[in-house]
Amino acid sequence: MKTKLINQSNCRPVITEPGNSALLKTGTWRTLEPVLNKEHCINCLLCWLYCPDMSVIVRDGKVEGFDMDYCKGCGICALECHGKKGEKAILMRKEEKE
Amino acid sequence: MTTSLKLKDLSKKEMLLAPGHRMCQGCGAAIVVKMVLLAIDKPVVACSPTGCLEVTTCISDYTAWKIPWIHSAFENAAATMAGVETMYRALKKRGKISQDISFVVFAGDGGTYDIGLQSLSGAMERGHDMLYICYDNGAYMNTGTQRSGATPFGASTTTSPAGSSVPGKMQHRKDITRIMAAHNIPYVAQASPSHHLDLMRKIQKAMSISGPKFINILSPCHRGWRSKSDDAIALSRLAVNTCYWPLFEMDNGKTQLTHTPKEKLPLKDFLRPQGRFAHLFRPENEWIIEQSQTQIDADWNAMIGAGAGASGVIEE
Repeated sequence: MKTKLINQSNCRPVITEPGNSALLKTGTWRTLEPVLNKEHCINCLLCWLYCPDMSVIVRDGKVEGFDMDYCKGCGICALECHGKKGEKAILMRKEEKE
Repeated sequence: MTTSLKLKDLSKKEMLLAPGHRMCQGCGAAIVVKMVLLAIDKPVVACSPTGCLEVTTCISDYTAWKIPWIHSAFENAAATMAGVETMYRALKKRGKISQDISFVVFAGDGGTYDIGLQSLSGAMERGHDMLYICYDNGAYMNTGTQRSGATPFGASTTTSPAGSSVPGKMQHRKDITRIMAAHNIPYVAQASPSHHLDLMRKIQKAMSISGPKFINILSPCHRGWRSKSDDAIALSRLAVNTCYWPLFEMDNGKTQLTHTPKEKLPLKDFLRPQGRFAHLFRPENEWIIEQSQTQIDADWNAMIGAGAGASGVIEE
């Protein structure tokens, strides 16, 4: 996203792009990361709805994965996941950072 | 024509709250705002008073909003929105605006129950066509969990700390939903993000009614409630199932429950996972739980007794 954040001509901060908070990558906050197992996913999309950070990627009504740029690792998706036959499709694991 | 509330259809809609906002991980308010914006079809103008939502969605040169959004002072979000709505009506009358626009206030419980109450009351009384949403996390969470009029009985906060002198907050919550209903406005409701279909239906219903509307939505805050980061939805579900947070609406004064728990759970189930109530489980403080339970039972029975039986249980 290309955003000119500050209109220099009159030195007043002017936000020219709606939703430019997307430039702030909150994924660095994370200590746990969600892992998707598509075999157990029934695409109920509750994880997508409950994610406070808009980080569950859905295409054509199917969960495709997570946007790790923004996922803060809260774990709501994993806790609320129904999964299939008692097997959750989303599990949280400790993220290994370099 | 209102949007279908099937999640598959909603997932194709543009999300009007952008990621990158600085709300805590697992924040209930973000989920509430997301659900509300998904349910509204018309263009929206929003306003927020000071609060968690305001400081986290609008940091310096960044905004998480993809809609026109105004930050006003702590006490006057409703007055600000009333002004915007009045200007919109004036411009429409003069033929300068043709679009149908809806006006929504997102305020926390501090900006609703306490500091913003007089401007809210005034805006409701004057009959402005707007929807006022209170995301109720039960304290001033933005500044570090100070007690508010919405803090439940017995909860420990930084200004009502549980210790040897007092066992937490010693006053009961203000019943803001009923205070708003007493303004005789066309629509008042209470909702919870755990019952998302119920929540979004209430939003759509409110948007179809002209005049002032008020919806109080539970918004778990794990930092202030001293619980886990992943339990926002689980706790709001427990709040509904223990009847701590009954889901109901008042449509032109007629109270109707919109969800009856299959099994009414004891209040303890809602209190136990939260650190702010940990001290209540000591023997000397158990009377607080008993008194709260008595109060909740009385409120619940009064609601059922008033003929507010569920209008069909919504399966989640």
